[in-house]
Amino acid sequence: MAILVQPDTKVLIQGITGGFGAAHAQLSLEYGTQIVAGVTPGKGGQVFESKVPIFDTVDEAMKETGAKVSAIFVPPAFAGDAIMESVDAGMDLIVAITEGIPVADMMRVCSMMGDSRSRLIGPNCPGIVTPGNGPESSGGCRIGIAPGYIHKKGSVGVVSRSGTLTYEAVWQTTLLGLGQSTCVGIGGDPINGTSHLDILKLFNEDPETESIIMIGEIGGSAEEEAAAWAKENCDKPIAAFIAGATAPPGRRMGHAGAIISGGKGTASAKKEALREAGIAVSETPSEMGSTLANIL
Amino acid sequence: MNIHEYQAKELFDQFSVPSPKGRVAETAEQAQQIAEELSGQVVIKAQIHAGGRGKGNFKNGFKGGVHLSESAEEIGVIAQQMIGEVLVTHQTGESGKVVNKVMVAQAVDISKEYYLAIVMDRESRSPVIVASTEGGVNIEEVAEKTPEKIIRETIHPLAGLQPYEIRKISSNLGFIGDTAKQFGRLLKALYKLFISCDCSLVEINPLVTTPDGQVLALDAKFGFDDNALYRQPEIEALRDPSEEDPREVAASEFGLNYIGLDGNIACLVNGAGLAMATMDIIKHFGGEPANFLDVGGGATEEQVTNAFKIILGDSNVKGILVNIFGGIMDCDVIANGIVGACKQVDLNIPLVVRLEGNNVEAGKQTLTSSGVNLIAADDLSDAAEKAVQSINV
Ligand SMILES: Nc1ncnc2c1ncn2[C@@H]1O[C@H](COP(=O)(O)OP(=O)(O)O)[C@@H](O)[C@H]1O
Ligand SMILES: [Mg+2]
Repeated sequence: MAILVQPDTKVLIQGITGGFGAAHAQLSLEYGTQIVAGVTPGKGGQVFESKVPIFDTVDEAMKETGAKVSAIFVPPAFAGDAIMESVDAGMDLIVAITEGIPVADMMRVCSMMGDSRSRLIGPNCPGIVTPGNGPESSGGCRIGIAPGYIHKKGSVGVVSRSGTLTYEAVWQTTLLGLGQSTCVGIGGDPINGTSHLDILKLFNEDPETESIIMIGEIGGSAEEEAAAWAKENCDKPIAAFIAGATAPPGRRMGHAGAIISGGKGTASAKKEALREAGIAVSETPSEMGSTLANIL
Repeated sequence: MNIHEYQAKELFDQFSVPSPKGRVAETAEQAQQIAEELSGQVVIKAQIHAGGRGKGNFKNGFKGGVHLSESAEEIGVIAQQMIGEVLVTHQTGESGKVVNKVMVAQAVDISKEYYLAIVMDRESRSPVIVASTEGGVNIEEVAEKTPEKIIRETIHPLAGLQPYEIRKISSNLGFIGDTAKQFGRLLKALYKLFISCDCSLVEINPLVTTPDGQVLALDAKFGFDDNALYRQPEIEALRDPSEEDPREVAASEFGLNYIGLDGNIACLVNGAGLAMATMDIIKHFGGEPANFLDVGGGATEEQVTNAFKIILGDSNVKGILVNIFGGIMDCDVIANGIVGACKQVDLNIPLVVRLEGNNVEAGKQTLTSSGVNLIAADDLSDAAEKAVQSINV
């Protein structure tokens, strides 16, 4: 089954006519993903790559095409509004790729989402991939900006705050022949829609996922919360890596959320919490796959 | 982004948050003149992006970054000892910070010092007001030793600050009557400022009451959300590049994210998480990373060239590790970028390159046949080990 998205999931792209959105819409189509609609206000009626109809509003696009998942490729200033439009339309899942959304906007978005039916992944994330059966994992569902070909359909669930570290873990598990059930980038911002813990719960329920790689980094306490839950509730083996052991305190390390503040959110505290929960912690980013393989 | 206290005071004035009258000076003469205009007792305060100035010391031996005086002449003399000198506080680190400006303000009679701050809190995804009756001291210490003396009030992001929340905080701080009213007005104004300017932090330490019944902000520290600066041009204009690492300023002009560290192995990586992890693995194999450097999604020849120039501007650097997971980008394009950059900057220290991803074989071929003296690595561990070895020969 995989989690969140399946090969037949119908996907809409908000911002499909922008350079970045268009390039990745094209790559997703080549991967075999069901990109069924685009939304760009003012460009309704046009067609993307003579395949994908473009609409002015998410509401209209959903009604016409049955899309259930939206990917946000809208510039930071308008991304909060774009997410809310998808929440209002009743999307199941909203994947916000955009980097650089003001924190105040995300705070308002998360507050307005309240108990709506939508789930938000990101922002500032590489997206989600459920690998397919075809050559180089094509035929799967690729939402976002991850390179499709590094994946392989398999049994490892990957969840990460960082894009490139996700690719490392994916590539390592592909080379080991384990492959992935679903890979989820939850994003590097301080306020995001879905946490490590939320994804661990989904992986734990998913029959196709047999083991998990969780990648965290300095800042906040999301990894600790996930570890505490996993200790009591997770039946599947977990390997983890935490980036930022050498990061100086008080500095934002590229990601808006990667900052040690007031002595909290250090890599060593997180690793300690993970180990305490029985999770296998990989010492280096190049051993994520082998650390997992060792406990299988 | 941070600003100076005198700039914070200008924001306070704009939003009607009461604080003592005062102005900024860049010379001793100006400082003395402002003191004359204000008359009576005044305070002179060194302007740097760090707190703890009162208890800090100058490298020239002069003690204290905050002084009170009745004499305008003496203010001029004190300013002379501060301007152009390096002030070290518990927040600046040993290297301290150069004082380019001082603020001269009306001194106030203090009845009691309090602490008041608003922060954007990631855990509760809301603004949180933090207040304490223990002001004018290091708040982290208060939080550690007497956590019961810290008041925290979470504000609903959509509803905003409510009158009952103001009354609750005010009552917990022990304010009554007119003082409570004044505090209420101040907090309301401060919250408005916090939201309107996309702040991540506003901290007043100390907030004071005076014998004649005023409530005033005597100090101010601001942090702003960098992601929101595009819609805060007036705030962005307050940026003081002299407070920032010049290498970081240069890097940001080229769309690079650079943070200087103390080690001697520089790294150049695509992606923030991988860049952090690359620093970590250098350390793991016994080396010391010289920097964090994220070149973002791509790595064009121009970007790599500029990145090399910034890296090589650090005289501690003895070797470079380039770690690129190509992903969507064609590794051969990246390899050509690296080779072109090496030739442009005339590289004469060891360079280890780890390239992975799309079209990687062609990329490796380009690297090895380029004639550029570099060490190719198979994977990240191999790269880090080779980088550490390369500077130890
Ligand atoms: N205008 C003023 N009048 C009287 N005392 C002041 C004034 N400004 C600051 N002080 C005193 O100096 C102390 C240190 O100043 P402050 O601005 O808080 O700098 P820092 O926090 O960097 O040490 C304050 O706690 C307060 O007691
Ligand atoms: Mg202070």
